[in-house]
Amino acid sequence: MVKTILDELIETDEFLLAGNTACPGCGSILALRYVLKALGKNTILVIPASCSSVYQAIYPKVSFKVITFNVAFASAAAVASGVKQALIKKGYDDVNVAVWGGDGGLIDIGAATVSGAAERNEDIFVFVYDNEAYMNTGIQRSGSTPPGARTTTTPLGKIVGFKKPMSFLMLLHGVPYVATASIAYPTDLYEKVKRAREIKGFKFIHILSPCPPGWRFDDSKTIEVARLAVETGYWILWEGGYRNGKINLNLSPPSRPYKDPSKRKSLEEFLKYQGRFKGFDEHSLKKLRDWIDYQWSFIDNFTRDHA
Amino acid sequence: MGIYDVITGNDAVAWGARLSRVEVIAAYPITPQTTIVEKLAEWVDKGEINARYIAVESEHSAMSAAMGASAAGARAFTATSSQGFLYMFEMISWAAGARTPIVMAVVNRALGPPWNIWSEHTDALMARDTGWIQFWASNNQEALDSIIQAYRVAEDKRVILPAMVMLGGFVLSHTAMPVKIHDQNKVDQYLPPYNPPHYVLNPKLSEPFAYGNILFPWDYVKVRLSIQKAMENSIDVIKRAAREFEEIFGIWHGDLIKEAYTDNAEMLIFALGAVAEQAEATAESLRKNGYKVGVVKVRITRPFPKQEIAKLANKVSHIIVIDRDISFGWDGILAGEIKATLHEYKVDTPVTTKIMGIGGDDILPSHIEKAVKEIYSK
Repeated sequence: MVKTILDELIETDEFLLAGNTACPGCGSILALRYVLKALGKNTILVIPASCSSVYQAIYPKVSFKVITFNVAFASAAAVASGVKQALIKKGYDDVNVAVWGGDGGLIDIGAATVSGAAERNEDIFVFVYDNEAYMNTGIQRSGSTPPGARTTTTPLGKIVGFKKPMSFLMLLHGVPYVATASIAYPTDLYEKVKRAREIKGFKFIHILSPCPPGWRFDDSKTIEVARLAVETGYWILWEGGYRNGKINLNLSPPSRPYKDPSKRKSLEEFLKYQGRFKGFDEHSLKKLRDWIDYQWSFIDNFTRDHA
Repeated sequence: MGIYDVITGNDAVAWGARLSRVEVIAAYPITPQTTIVEKLAEWVDKGEINARYIAVESEHSAMSAAMGASAAGARAFTATSSQGFLYMFEMISWAAGARTPIVMAVVNRALGPPWNIWSEHTDALMARDTGWIQFWASNNQEALDSIIQAYRVAEDKRVILPAMVMLGGFVLSHTAMPVKIHDQNKVDQYLPPYNPPHYVLNPKLSEPFAYGNILFPWDYVKVRLSIQKAMENSIDVIKRAAREFEEIFGIWHGDLIKEAYTDNAEMLIFALGAVAEQAEATAESLRKNGYKVGVVKVRITRPFPKQEIAKLANKVSHIIVIDRDISFGWDGILAGEIKATLHEYKVDTPVTTKIMGIGGDDILPSHIEKAVKEIYSK
């Protein structure tokens, strides 16, 4: 019998133990499960303040079967840089050093830190699980909250601000590996991490992680919501980087059909599940559509110039 | 190696780091520390030292990277001043809690606004609550030697706390003095390689574990208590490290304190760093003029040398504390701590605070003499 990638994903070792303290239906912890399977046991996680600081479980228990170093909010990518440099000095340069954090810690407060590590092309992974707000502290808006979304600090919906295009920013840093991913496409995520493992240098992987309490949908619908994000063109799966003198960005197979707007499901299908978009006015809807168009247009222009 | 040269305090610090065989350097520039990171960069590029050099994008990241490197088992070094020190403050605190025995040079500089690049001690004193060991160098030889001693103390398994070594901005950092640059073999004899006794971030050397995760208050208390205990342990470790340094290198900078002209003194002057050396020079001439003044250089502010200070204070009728710093709304910081110490030990010697040299303003022998004579005249 031929083994599929799904078989492999299912059969590889588990590094996430049951009994962790994530919310039911948490998207982030699913993503972590697949990522750790792809990274393997030769891995150190550096975790800034985030949901993952808490869903590890409370001392004296921990639910991750890899070495985990908990650090202050903005510092993760710099701590990881120090860890990696030390391991290189000591002759252990094949250990995976991975930052695992949320959009707050890696796109807002830690943005300069991530940018600095990218500029130095540190041989580390930075995984952002993007639940589009400061969820751990109770659903406050972040730079990654989409236009129009309600949070506790944008009670009428996010009017000021866009959704910071962090993955495009990382690509423009000229690092060798940047990708987006989704928990609804686990084999895509798994394979991306495996490919990234082969690359020396800075690797940035941005995973959309729907959050039931934060986005206000039933906790049985996490995968559905994640899939609709891709099917409506809201979240685009791609992979790229600057390698061998060429910079490229390639749409991943699950997102390729949606390059054609007529093939996308209607955005309302994605929005209707989520309480954070309730009472969505025309102005906010337009800003959200603009942001989606912006992303596709960047990709179009980028791939045309750099094909 | 094992040569004399006339070098600045910053170069002396760089030599201290080099001789300590630092393995990872996290570097971010700020006046008046810059020539430390520049010197180290030069040596790294020339292959004269074999260290990883991370040119980070901020001081917050400098401490973060040093901490990560130390947690992964490497001997880590960084340096900063003033605003940079404040910018990395949360990571300074985190590094102590993470029990990473980093050594950091702090080239003391006044805080803004307004902008000021000159020497003042308030910056480093602000970290006296963080769990870092604090050394204050009074000359360039001491700056070099304190870096080496700091690693020895910080990495001791009874301590395992980071240590900062202070030197006055421009006063020491950019002033050249004769310094003995020790033989590498001797330093290797004094300072063995770093071998973390507690935890190391390396899956090849350790089973999985999590460090620093959330825990309930009753468990937190135990963890923080262990830092206090480590500080208490460090007193003996510092004394032994200074003694053994003298045995191997023939140089004594004091251990927790260093006394000068204290025999049959009637009055004592307490100060930190280069200010103490200035006070010493002034005391020499005051003595010649019949004033029985001694000087106590407080070399270590954390752990605070309570016993030593109380004992000396008990023998004199007056104390002057020169504070090149201020805690607004309170007192000179060193003076405040000395007063509290004397109270704890039931020593009732009066203490006069003299705030001097704020913002790098000159501290001249005449200023110190005036303070002494004022008290004598009463």
